[in-house]
Amino acid sequence: MNELIASVFETPVINYRQLSPILIILGAAVISVLVEAFVPRANRRVVQLVLVFLALITAIIWAVTGAGQQAITGEGAIAVDGPGTFLQITILIVSVFVAMLMAENRLDPAGDAFTARANSLPGSEDEREYTNRGWTTTELWPLFLFSVGGMLLFVVANDLLILFVALEVMSLPLYLMAAIARRRRLLSQEAAMKYFLLGAFGSAFFLYGSAMAYGFAGSIRLGDIANAISALPGPNGLIIAAVALLSVGMFFKIAAVPFHMWAPDVYVGAPSPVTAFMASCVKIAGVGVLLRVMYVAFSGLAWDWRPLFWIVSIVTMLVATILALTQTDIKRMLAYSSISHAGFLLIAVIALNPQGIASTLIYLVVYATATVGAFGIVTLVRGPSGEATHLSQWAGLGKRSPLVAGGFAILLLSFAGIPLTAGFIGKFTVFGAGIAGGATPVVIVGAVASMIAAFFYVRVIVLMFFTDPAEDGPTVVTPSPFTGIAISVSVILTVIFGIFPQPLIELAEKASIFIR
Amino acid sequence: MNSFPWLTLLIVIPIIGAIVLAAMPRESVTQAKKVALAVSLITLIVTIVTLFQFDSDSDQAFQLVNSYSWIPALGVKFSLGLSGISIVMVGLIGVLMPLVILGGWNEADDAIGSVKGYYSLMLTLQALLFGVFMATDRFLFYIFFEAVLIPMYFIIGRYGGPQRQYAAVKFLLYSLVGGLLMLVAVIALYVQGASQLGEGTFDLSALSTLQLDSGIQKWIFLGFFIAFAIKAPMWPVHTWLPDAAGQTTPGSAVLMVGVMDKIGTFGMLALCLPLFPEAAQFFAPFIVVLALISIIYGAIMALGQRDIMRLIAYTSVSHFGFIVMGIFAMTSQGMSGATFYMLNHGLSTGALFLIAGFLISRRGSSLIESFGGVHKVAPILAGTFLLAGLSSLSLPGMSSFVSEFLVLVGTFETYQWAAIIATVGIVLSALYILWLYQRTMTGPVAPGCENFTDLNTREKWSVGPIIALIIFFGFFAAPVLNAINPSVDRVMQQVGVVDPQPAISDNVTIPVDENAVVPLEREANDGEGGQS
Repeated sequence: MNELIASVFETPVINYRQLSPILIILGAAVISVLVEAFVPRANRRVVQLVLVFLALITAIIWAVTGAGQQAITGEGAIAVDGPGTFLQITILIVSVFVAMLMAENRLDPAGDAFTARANSLPGSEDEREYTNRGWTTTELWPLFLFSVGGMLLFVVANDLLILFVALEVMSLPLYLMAAIARRRRLLSQEAAMKYFLLGAFGSAFFLYGSAMAYGFAGSIRLGDIANAISALPGPNGLIIAAVALLSVGMFFKIAAVPFHMWAPDVYVGAPSPVTAFMASCVKIAGVGVLLRVMYVAFSGLAWDWRPLFWIVSIVTMLVATILALTQTDIKRMLAYSSISHAGFLLIAVIALNPQGIASTLIYLVVYATATVGAFGIVTLVRGPSGEATHLSQWAGLGKRSPLVAGGFAILLLSFAGIPLTAGFIGKFTVFGAGIAGGATPVVIVGAVASMIAAFFYVRVIVLMFFTDPAEDGPTVVTPSPFTGIAISVSVILTVIFGIFPQPLIELAEKASIFIR
Repeated sequence: MNSFPWLTLLIVIPIIGAIVLAAMPRESVTQAKKVALAVSLITLIVTIVTLFQFDSDSDQAFQLVNSYSWIPALGVKFSLGLSGISIVMVGLIGVLMPLVILGGWNEADDAIGSVKGYYSLMLTLQALLFGVFMATDRFLFYIFFEAVLIPMYFIIGRYGGPQRQYAAVKFLLYSLVGGLLMLVAVIALYVQGASQLGEGTFDLSALSTLQLDSGIQKWIFLGFFIAFAIKAPMWPVHTWLPDAAGQTTPGSAVLMVGVMDKIGTFGMLALCLPLFPEAAQFFAPFIVVLALISIIYGAIMALGQRDIMRLIAYTSVSHFGFIVMGIFAMTSQGMSGATFYMLNHGLSTGALFLIAGFLISRRGSSLIESFGGVHKVAPILAGTFLLAGLSSLSLPGMSSFVSEFLVLVGTFETYQWAAIIATVGIVLSALYILWLYQRTMTGPVAPGCENFTDLNTREKWSVGPIIALIIFFGFFAAPVLNAINPSVDRVMQQVGVVDPQPAISDNVTIPVDENAVVPLEREANDGEGGQS
């Protein structure tokens, strides 16, 4: 306590070098708001795109060149360490490709994937007029940058309050981004509403848990909480409740069963590029934080929270894969697949060993890589009323467009964890960490879930390659270089990580130590 | 200790062929076939050269080793090597491939996939099959084990019969179930190795030095064994095979049943036994019972089939029962016989599937009742079918007789009752083969069969070499057994079992030739075969 009080009177030390990626992105977000205000509508899109990509790339360069210089900064509120930097760089790189998907404007005859004006009534005269004028929601870009900035802060936050602030900075823009689809707008708005309500619900859990942890430890710092736990003579209800509530809050964010209800609806309703963003970057940030909180603050209570995590992991993998079997919509299926991956990632959290950290990092990278590509391909397959997401519409795609179908097949095989794709390396390292951490039964359930999952991934491949295309089937639209590059990079990386995973594993292992 | 990369070449050549084929224009049908045949012939030549460099007197566990660093972070190496057991399979793959391409010359013409795609997949399959049998790194083995599924899956799914989708998915799911169980076992073994040896490794010889707790050993053994039992396939996890073999093209059926399924029995012999000796001995009686059930059940089911392809698939279930029984009898004759059986079954089933393919392409139906009196219109076709069938029922003089006899003798030493019951399987095999021959080849010429042409030159060149090999090995099994025996001895040593006593084994010499008992003489004379 004394330390805390004393520090109030000193100038806080802030290592700007280590925080530069966050500051660059948040700074760019502010500029982006100004662009919305002052740049004429006709030029906004171009200016915003230049700004976003410039900011992302500058932030990547700063993060990469600064990697390895670890620091606890901001008076202990922020810990820029190996996993933190690794996740920041991953989020930034994935964001570049997500931004490319968002920048796509050649697929829809009316423009990009976002509505002309978010406040016009769906189906109204207004909407038609704005669409005809060629307007588009460039407000997307400041929202996107704020969300990315929140994620960057989220994964390095070292105290519960910063965690909560970052969580909100990350989530609030996402609620809006989910609402601005150009097609099927009502669905999109409903998705946003659902996401907002359940997200707020999750945040409340998180905040309540933080308060209890503070009540127990007298500090919100993760390291102090860990010290307080190790000094604990016997069981303490307060801290157990805090762990439970905090976990629930984070389970909401990573969509682990039974806190996954929002995910399928939101993934389907949101514009596909935004779905890609949610499925990849939010998952990276959420799992990264879950890992940090559990490893840094609560590893002393492992005996208490591990059984809970065992159950959540097992239930997540089984429920998600079994429900995915029954889906007929490709985005819904990918949503359940994304939920099941949360279950696999939890195996590494349970492991509670250095391999657990490294394997989580590896898994997140390969999962995010494939996810961006998969949702990118979903945007390409279109019917007259937008994306053709019903599975039956994908029949015979292999004949009509072998390249796109082939790429999608590779991504699906990677999700299924078939060898020589990146997904296998992820699954292998996670299972390895799990067995080494004494969670063999969970790993066996994981293997069973992988088999079930393989069935529905393979079903899509069967549809694409072994059946004849329907007469009035959807067309595969040729995208602009933006989407083209994002998808190609995703597919190529999925194969490269599968065959030559050495650099990725090495990096992850090097980055696998938390500081507190 | 890298020698000239012969083994790597065996994988690289077909892969290059597959890429070339994939890059060809869709319209080039005949050209694609010629390219595929040429590539497979080049591979055959390299295979033969490789086989001749194998030294059966060497005391190395693996020869012609090619080992390259791959994923050092996980202790994974790209390392290939030949043992006396794998060399048999490598030879079989090399020989069968050009014959299969020749025999199934037109089988992909009317499929929804392109012809060049078919041969591209077949060559990929060949490369991966070589990889499975040559991999000496467990991780690499697992990769090949799973990767083999993908080309096979697409072959069934795009080039198979009317039920192809169902068959392809069933095939893939069954195999994945086994594969993922094995993955857990592979990782568990890796973790055990990492804690005992200080660093993770997948090297077979390093892993076989582990001191595994008997409980853990049993679980890991089961993980591997179930995967291999599904692959083999044994009763009760065999049901994917008749569907897959019945729906796929005859050429790929040869590779699937003749070669790919041997991964299962190969894995049991070359992996399960050396790595988990205690668990293997513990489970051996149960597995022998399962093998017996496979033998009898497969034979009875074969009797009941109406479809030629399915019938041959069920005979294979029965034959695989013999192979597994030979392996888990834990005697040197049993294991040598089982290994030799893998080769012979590949040849005889290969010939049966190819000739069945000729029949089906002439008649346009694979039902037995569609045929009749074929030997009147196409005597050579009928004759080769009879020879292949006789080989399948292990007639003396055919190579399969040698192996079946060794298996039975080997089993008799440790599981007398099993060997006695298994002989019923031999009787049944005579029944299903001869009855099949009677229904399709003899009697009045069935409607639709009147215009059958006899085998043309291409088809003769396709089946002829297989039949020649079957008869050659029937009279002269020594070279193969000489290569197999040292490796089998090594496995016996690793498991820690010895043959009960050599008195019975003297009988083995009578039917074949004195070389068949080499393992026993070896042990009696010098007991060599130093630990690797």
